[in-house]
Amino acid sequence: MSIFINEKSLVIVQGMTGGEGTKHTRRMLAAGTKIVGGVTPGKGGQVVDIDGHALPVFNTVAEAMASTGANTSVVFVPPKFAKAAVVDAIDALMPLVVVITEGIPVHDSASFYAHAVSKGTTQIIGPNCPGLISPGKSNVGIIPADITASGPIGLVSKSGTLTYQMMYELRDIGFSTAVGIGGDPVIGTTHIDCLRAFQDDPDTTAIVMIGEIGGDAEERAAAFISEYVTKPVVGYVAGFTAPEGKTMGHAGAIVSGSSGTAQGKKDALEAAGVKVGQTPSETAQLLRDILGR
Amino acid sequence: MDLYEYQARDLFEKHGLPVLAAAIATTAEEAHAAAIKIGGKVVVKAQVKVGGRGKAGGVKLALDADDAREKAEAILGMVIKGHIVRTVMIAAAAPIESEYYLSILLDRSNRTFLVMASVAGGMEIEEVAHTAPEKLAKIPVDANAGIDLAKAQEIVKAAQFPSDVAEQVAHVLLKVWELFKSEDATLVEINPLVKTSDGKIIALDGKVTLDDNAGFRHPDHEALVDHAATNALEALAKEKDLNYVKLDGHVGIIGNGAGLVMSTLDVVAYAGEKHGGVRPANFLDIGGGASAQVMADGLSIILGDPDVKSVFVNVFGGITACDAVANGIVQALELLGPKATKPIVVRLDGNNVIEGRAILAKAAHPLIEQAETMDGAANRAAELAAK
Repeated sequence: MSIFINEKSLVIVQGMTGGEGTKHTRRMLAAGTKIVGGVTPGKGGQVVDIDGHALPVFNTVAEAMASTGANTSVVFVPPKFAKAAVVDAIDALMPLVVVITEGIPVHDSASFYAHAVSKGTTQIIGPNCPGLISPGKSNVGIIPADITASGPIGLVSKSGTLTYQMMYELRDIGFSTAVGIGGDPVIGTTHIDCLRAFQDDPDTTAIVMIGEIGGDAEERAAAFISEYVTKPVVGYVAGFTAPEGKTMGHAGAIVSGSSGTAQGKKDALEAAGVKVGQTPSETAQLLRDILGR
Repeated sequence: MDLYEYQARDLFEKHGLPVLAAAIATTAEEAHAAAIKIGGKVVVKAQVKVGGRGKAGGVKLALDADDAREKAEAILGMVIKGHIVRTVMIAAAAPIESEYYLSILLDRSNRTFLVMASVAGGMEIEEVAHTAPEKLAKIPVDANAGIDLAKAQEIVKAAQFPSDVAEQVAHVLLKVWELFKSEDATLVEINPLVKTSDGKIIALDGKVTLDDNAGFRHPDHEALVDHAATNALEALAKEKDLNYVKLDGHVGIIGNGAGLVMSTLDVVAYAGEKHGGVRPANFLDIGGGASAQVMADGLSIILGDPDVKSVFVNVFGGITACDAVANGIVQALELLGPKATKPIVVRLDGNNVIEGRAILAKAAHPLIEQAETMDGAANRAAELAAK
């Protein structure tokens, strides 16, 4: 098994006709993802050929779902129009919406997140995330599909490149699902949501959790691990050297006063019994020690 | 982006919040002129983006314009927690009867907005939250429903504002919400919100943080950036559209992806412990598509930093292929020519790594050294910087 996506995921790409959308649709198709169409308001009715796949374009997510049976959407729409795209998907009752777009104003993210919560029918992953991959089954987003294959490790991370790095470090073992939840201050799916799903997934036997400075998601995840997760978890936290008050690349990666520090997160995870590595490689080794591989 | 107090005050005024007359000054003479214009007693306030300026002597009451000149003279040029005071605000003095606290902020933990209100204003709100949490009302605000008059009244009641000011404060809160939403703020704080002896409510001091991601719908926010206080290298990086933060160490860092670059800084600092405490000199994320030009821009900024003694280029080829990155590095060094003088440790992994490493090996540039692993490369870069 895997979490959130699998071989039955039927995916539409919001913003498929844009540059990024087309590029990554091609990559997702090559990875075996079942892409069934795209949504671009005003371009409905067109058919786009991507590497021999004739993909219909719709004006709205509701039309795309009715016509294709899609159950997952991935959003490559630029920041200006991202809120409207996500709201369109929520209103169409799309079960899973993966928002790759970086640079969405936080008022917009807070708005569509609140809208999703009030509807109660859509899970959002991201924004500002690389998406998620269940190797060999489905790849929704921009995570390179050729780093590693299917295996027993579940991975949840705020960072894209650290996700790739960790998958690479543990490529001989493989992953059930790797989820990049994104580096924005407001995100739809949290570390906790992924930890719960991995704990409940019979094919995941160990979990890697990658966090970074800013907010208190890691501290809350640590508390959740104490009460719910029985599978082994190893952790990594980035940003020990980040100065207070400076945004480090990700909009959400900022230490404010004494809150959101890497040390605080590491301490909280260790107090919950999570082994935390000093470097990505050391973290991978901790997991190897646990799995005996 | 955090605003200065005077910028926050101007935004308050723009959105109809009650504020006192004020002006800014960068010289004692300007302060004198501003004080004459305002008339009577004035307060001279250091403009720095850091708390505790009152305790540091950065806020002084002046009895008249001459006194304002003298106080401004003393405050301008002060260093408060590492921040040089370049500007003072001259504000009318108010007869204060009570001090309150009011803010709206992004509550990351609950992924919504939060109003905090207290009748125990004037001190650090963290202090109130810690010592007297019952005096601090915290009310979540739905991002879509926002704050209407009924909600504002509910909050004012929960915070136990006295009845003689409750209605005024509720209207202030409505305006704060309007500002918060329409300006794409992530924090609007009024501390203190005061009641004057004649019963008026006034926003006496404020903090505002604006969302940089929302800049596309606020072209006017660009004018609020303090270019003088921005590090020269950071300003240059911004011109080139690079995500750069200057730090205080000696190993220049270039990487792709915010998380990997943050991790690279940590790994360098960790390795540096064995080399006399060497630390990273900067954060620089060149993003997913590391073209030769982007690499050249990044390298030239880092090599132009006199603090940098060695450079660590750490790239994991995900979407970007390592051979493209390697070509970028080689071309960047050609573009830079004799300007490139510092040793560069390169660690490439991931997509097309064999081709990438081969390109660097073939180029055999005297400044470039390759390393197999991130930890090994960090150690080598720290060692080179310690020499």
